[in-house]
Amino acid sequence: MNDYLVLSGILVVIIGFALKMNPLLVVTVSAIVTGLLGQLPLIEVIEAFGKAFNDNRYISVVWIVLPVIGLLERYGLQQRARTMIERIRGATMGRLLLLYLAFRQITAALGLTSVAGPAQTVRPLVAPMAEAAAEKTHGELEEDERQQVLGMSAATDNVGLFFGEDIFVAIASILLIQGVFQSYGYELTPLQLSVWAIPTAICAFFIHGSRLLLFDRRLRRRPRLPAKSSPEPRA
Amino acid sequence: MITLGWLYVLAGIVFTAFALMSAIDRTNSKRFGNAAFWGLLAFSFFYGDALSDLGNGILVLALVAIAGFGMLGRGQPVTTSDGLRAELAAKFGNKLFLPALLIPITAFAGTILYNYTAFGGSGLFEERWVTLILLGIGVLAALALACIWFRPPALAPVEEGRRLMDSIGWAAVLPQMLAALGAVFALAGVGDVIGQIAGNVIPEGNVFVAVLIYALGMALFTMIMGNAFAAFPVMAAAIGIPVLVVGFGGDPAIIGAIGMLAGFCGTLMTPMAANFNIVPAALLEMKSQYGVIRMQIWTAIPLLACNIALIYWLAFR
Repeated sequence: MNDYLVLSGILVVIIGFALKMNPLLVVTVSAIVTGLLGQLPLIEVIEAFGKAFNDNRYISVVWIVLPVIGLLERYGLQQRARTMIERIRGATMGRLLLLYLAFRQITAALGLTSVAGPAQTVRPLVAPMAEAAAEKTHGELEEDERQQVLGMSAATDNVGLFFGEDIFVAIASILLIQGVFQSYGYELTPLQLSVWAIPTAICAFFIHGSRLLLFDRRLRRRPRLPAKSSPEPRA
Repeated sequence: MITLGWLYVLAGIVFTAFALMSAIDRTNSKRFGNAAFWGLLAFSFFYGDALSDLGNGILVLALVAIAGFGMLGRGQPVTTSDGLRAELAAKFGNKLFLPALLIPITAFAGTILYNYTAFGGSGLFEERWVTLILLGIGVLAALALACIWFRPPALAPVEEGRRLMDSIGWAAVLPQMLAALGAVFALAGVGDVIGQIAGNVIPEGNVFVAVLIYALGMALFTMIMGNAFAAFPVMAAAIGIPVLVVGFGGDPAIIGAIGMLAGFCGTLMTPMAANFNIVPAALLEMKSQYGVIRMQIWTAIPLLACNIALIYWLAFR
């Protein structure tokens, strides 16, 4: 029974997120609660927390792209991305994101997971293009719809990444599967594992792809809103 | 050899610049909170390896204190108006795309060249981090190109970067914090307990139910940990290997590969996977921090069902 006490940290996280408390605070409290109930001294918990934070700095390196992206935005990158999409005949939000999904899955399958991402591609290019494409074909967007287009742009990036990367043989998750099975005496090669990522990758493309096209259709069915005359400043 | 350490120095420089400009930004009433937050992060990039584990732990607690108690504000660096941006966009045209595309292209072409030509033999880059290092090089190249073409004021890259950084705020370090939480969970044995629970609910002799619990367990435990990597060893040890492979004679490669992907479906549905779900919402300045997850759920659930069916059909032929 005592064992189950270490699960209280999970409860802390669930309650904390549900109450919309600051996630950094929630995570830290959860770590301390879990460590203490797992019979670890406080100092050791803080040490483990600090060490793992330090070991994972590579996750936050990606923010070095912000000065470039911000600078290009200053000179009109997002506006230009919109103009370009408006000029392409037949471009719709759904088709654009479908193309991006394929691009992201294929590049991830080649091991190129960091060529795209929320900071590198979604904010400067994909999201403004998707928004412009939706406005072009469906008229002015309601705020809810705009939020959904933004959400879908980021979602498409994630789906493409997750269900492409495991086709690449040298990705961390494949090596982890190999390592775990090896410790139980099963010798698997990375290639053996990565081919079995293909069926799911295909399913992901069709499921998410149809949702993108259905989203287009849903927008098309509702009456067009009148276009606003001047570009509205966005906060 | 160019290593990850070089990138950390670059990141340290960028965050130092954000911290300094934050400190003198009078538009932000919490400017010293921002300066301290980005400054600590810069310190972590420069000196993290020299600090003891306890030192790093205290640094993290300081970051949490600043963000958790509302000492982080949002600077308003001077930038161009939307109207001016539309004019500039018309003036510069497609030239604007080149620096933006230079970053992924450098990472893409560079990685390919490095892996498949003699260039790789030079040992110029640290093997494990080739793409990330090339991304850093791409950033520097793009910055240089943008500065030559657009002739921005000297501080503009820092100020524009800080504008975006402040809009992301504390969410910028959440992924790193969650990775650290995962380490504490592992140390306290959370995985073992979950594995026991999962192992106890399997009924005898029903392959489908065993597959179902394995895949759902992967997804649920991934949602809790925010990461399929933490869930996989636990579920493989509790159900995947003893029940599915040994008990029912399933194919280990299929059970391993698709089991991991069932976990990825969980990643799409949890705020704990902050770098994929919460950070993009902040970066796109969305109204709800759960706006990305909401759009992902209806891809994740049918895909999880597909994964369950695939394991059941393919692994036990």
